[in-house]
Amino acid sequence: MSTATDTAKPVEPMRKSGRPSFFALLVANRLAAFGLGLLVVIALAALLTPFLPLQPPDITNPANRLLRPLTEGHLLGTDQLGRDLLSRLMWGARVSIAVGLSATLVAAVVGSAIGLVAGYAGGRTDNFMMRGIDMLMAFPYILLALAIVAVLGPGLMNALYAIAVVNIPFFARNIRGVTLSLAHREFVDAARLSGKGHLRILLSEVLPNVLPVIVITMSTTVGWMILETAGLSFLGLGAQPPQADLGSMLGEGRKLLFTAPHVSIVPGLMIFALVMSINLVGDGIRDVLDPRLKSGALSRPAAATAVKREGVPAMPDAPAKAALDVRDLRTEFRVGGDVYKAVGGVSFQLRERECLGLVGESGSGKSVTAMSLLGLVPTPPGRIAGGRVLYQGRDLLEASEADLRKLRGGAFAYVFQDPLSTLHPLFTVGDQVTEAIRAHQPLSYREAWKRAVALLKMVRIPNAAERAGSYPHELSGGMRQRVSIAMALANDAEILIADEPTTALDVTVQAQILKLMDALQDDKGAALLFITHDFGVVSEICDRVAVMYAGRIVETGPTDEVLNAPAHPYTRKLIDCVPVLGEPERRLDAISGLPPAVNRLPEGCAFAERCPYAEAACREGEIALESLAPERAVRCIKPLKPEQSEAAQ
Amino acid sequence: MLAYFLKRLLMAVPVLFGLTVIVFLIMAMIPGDPATAILGAYATPENVERINRQLGLDRSLPEQYFIWLGNLLQGDFGRSYSLNRPVIDEVLERFNATLILAGASLVLCTVFGLVAGIVSAVRQFSWTDRIVTFFVLVGISMPSFWLGLILILVFAVNLRWLPPSGMYAIYGGGGPLDLLLHLALPAITLAVVATGVIARLTRAAMLEVLRQDYIRTARAKGLSERRVIYRHAFKAALVGVIPVIGIQAGFVLGGAVYIETVFQWPGIGRMLVQAISTRDLLLVQGGVLVVAASYVLFNLLADMVQHMLDPRLKT
Repeated sequence: MSTATDTAKPVEPMRKSGRPSFFALLVANRLAAFGLGLLVVIALAALLTPFLPLQPPDITNPANRLLRPLTEGHLLGTDQLGRDLLSRLMWGARVSIAVGLSATLVAAVVGSAIGLVAGYAGGRTDNFMMRGIDMLMAFPYILLALAIVAVLGPGLMNALYAIAVVNIPFFARNIRGVTLSLAHREFVDAARLSGKGHLRILLSEVLPNVLPVIVITMSTTVGWMILETAGLSFLGLGAQPPQADLGSMLGEGRKLLFTAPHVSIVPGLMIFALVMSINLVGDGIRDVLDPRLKSGALSRPAAATAVKREGVPAMPDAPAKAALDVRDLRTEFRVGGDVYKAVGGVSFQLRERECLGLVGESGSGKSVTAMSLLGLVPTPPGRIAGGRVLYQGRDLLEASEADLRKLRGGAFAYVFQDPLSTLHPLFTVGDQVTEAIRAHQPLSYREAWKRAVALLKMVRIPNAAERAGSYPHELSGGMRQRVSIAMALANDAEILIADEPTTALDVTVQAQILKLMDALQDDKGAALLFITHDFGVVSEICDRVAVMYAGRIVETGPTDEVLNAPAHPYTRKLIDCVPVLGEPERRLDAISGLPPAVNRLPEGCAFAERCPYAEAACREGEIALESLAPERAVRCIKPLKPEQSEAAQ
Repeated sequence: MLAYFLKRLLMAVPVLFGLTVIVFLIMAMIPGDPATAILGAYATPENVERINRQLGLDRSLPEQYFIWLGNLLQGDFGRSYSLNRPVIDEVLERFNATLILAGASLVLCTVFGLVAGIVSAVRQFSWTDRIVTFFVLVGISMPSFWLGLILILVFAVNLRWLPPSGMYAIYGGGGPLDLLLHLALPAITLAVVATGVIARLTRAAMLEVLRQDYIRTARAKGLSERRVIYRHAFKAALVGVIPVIGIQAGFVLGGAVYIETVFQWPGIGRMLVQAISTRDLLLVQGGVLVVAASYVLFNLLADMVQHMLDPRLKT
């Protein structure tokens, strides 16, 4: 929930000894460090108050009443009875801190005990206890405290109890949640089997594991509790004269607001500084102990990928006769100090009306390549570091955001992998298709809706008119993907980019969607860039194929030729991964090993580590994509010969 | 939809029932003799006896509870001894003023919280974001009763732009404009903390949503950035923020206790504080019950709005 800590960019803590310590992380967060510093100063002052040369806080001196701050002998002035404000402030802060901490401890002990027992026991006990906690939470926070004080009578101790009680639910709920997830873990079961009693298990096995949650909850509620006890005292329901805490000082000073405002402003400032420092430290502790909650870890992706090209190939003199001409495209992700070269110099041409398959394992850079074309790679951390994307003689990497917007969904349309997460959950599918149409055509909503229904019909959604009013979660996976395809076809795109459009679907639906895409592509005459990891799919739909590995193309060629005689050992392996119906004896090879991390690419061939034919020369220098035949090229110093590929099959 | 609303309304009944149990139990905790506690130490013996009979103190605790609950359901919240009038009359009258104040605050904190959260998410790490984040931090750390005093000093005493206290001007007041002028300072003060909380959550929710796949889809469709953020991202983020606004209603209703005291607003919070200092426990009990019940109903409302926005919850 915190956003307080992320404005200051966290300074990287020293990592000499492996993981940085808790304290190092906390201090590395500048705001938390500031809060900690302030808190330490206040705490020290409160601790040392009895030993400081202060005037007695309760001695009245009517002759000196209502002196302004910075008066001789009274740094912060005096109150209506002539008491020294500085001294009262220090003594009052002691009381406020002590009461706030005590209330936190009481709430933490009682609330954690309830949470532990409820989470550990489960069943009826859990249900009964948590319903009770829910009831407490059904009251507006401070109101319940008021009711308790009303019954017990005003007084500092009673205020403390009241504030503790109203904070018990926060602890009970948080701790119950964690305990519930721990109660049936192996180590708890083991302890139970070894004959330990429930209480011992709770204290020795469960409690140590929920302690961080208790600490986090304490650090995020203690500020509140100090504030609220001060509030009760302010209302005259907490500390009673002559005892004073910051709240009651403020409450008394309020009566003199017009004549001597400093009497109320000073204690208020103190509460403010105290609570703010605690909140800062609390946020910091939470970010360190539970980094998932740290919202600063999330950063907002920009409308288009940042383009900072170091190498730009020269513009070709004559535009290629291709729908799309990609040259030496490079896309990187910068995370911390590491640079991940997801796309490391990819060149290909997508010809008019053809289907080009871009094939590779996950992490090979094929999706990033597709996203880079129209700047859809999230920045940060992504950025395009080189190359050109030529379309109709223009370089799309130089296009303005407005130009990109016209092309996106216009001449270029995308179909993504998982249609459940790529369709907006809160709009009807008809509305989403309609929106795609209206982004590029000047139609009224009603007209566009009609067209949307026609499109849904075209992708063979039954009862399209009715289905248009459905939300994505009400449709099956196949239907959702049809909706995505309808959306992509909304504006007669010239270039369709399909990023694993069938991967999330089951096999029969996969076949239907492939057929549909194939038919529609023929029908519309669009060029299709089809991204997949599955050579089975490639053989069904693609005219040509480009195989990617570790961010680069390692082999290209017409689909039949590559399938029948792969030249790169990696292509060979990928093809072997496809099961063939009726050939159960065929060996299904998983490719052993993992692709290299793209932030530490080895020299030479990136596949050498996993390649059965690798030799010393494979690990040296830059290996170029060499032409094999008019339509074919391979990035390998000893490409497989046709006999070799046959033999392997 | 209607069926769901009715179901949800029915589900609120046990919660309201639980509220009465808790209030009853708290009242039963009164140390010493309840009649003396309610009437004060100098009550006449006849009154003590009457109160004892009225509270049915000769019966068992569950019996007492159901008699008490039966009276509540008939609108009999007892009689305030300090004001010498039925509790329910006083409470409803005061609650009216509190609703105006809390309602205005909720509108303010919702509008400003959402706007600040969105702006700071959209311009993450910019100066705007830093300034919003700073004000959020200050806002949620500041004692609201102290902020109220400072605002009175600045805007009422020094600048003389706005009245320092009350709901209407004593002489010649009473119109809506007069109410608005009196409302401005307390409503703003009361809204500050909730605005901070809502802004924080909205920012986090927006950042989370902006990374979702469907936002990439919206961009891939060629939608303008404005549309991507304010239609696609905001709607998804709002669904997560609405329950939090419901919870803030509780903090606003509770915080009204301080703000009404500081600004002498004739609402239920100030009534409660006065009732506690005069030990008028029946009045406290009535006030707490009414405010708590309204909070339950408000959360119900938030829940329903969330259901209207999110079709996934309908099943």
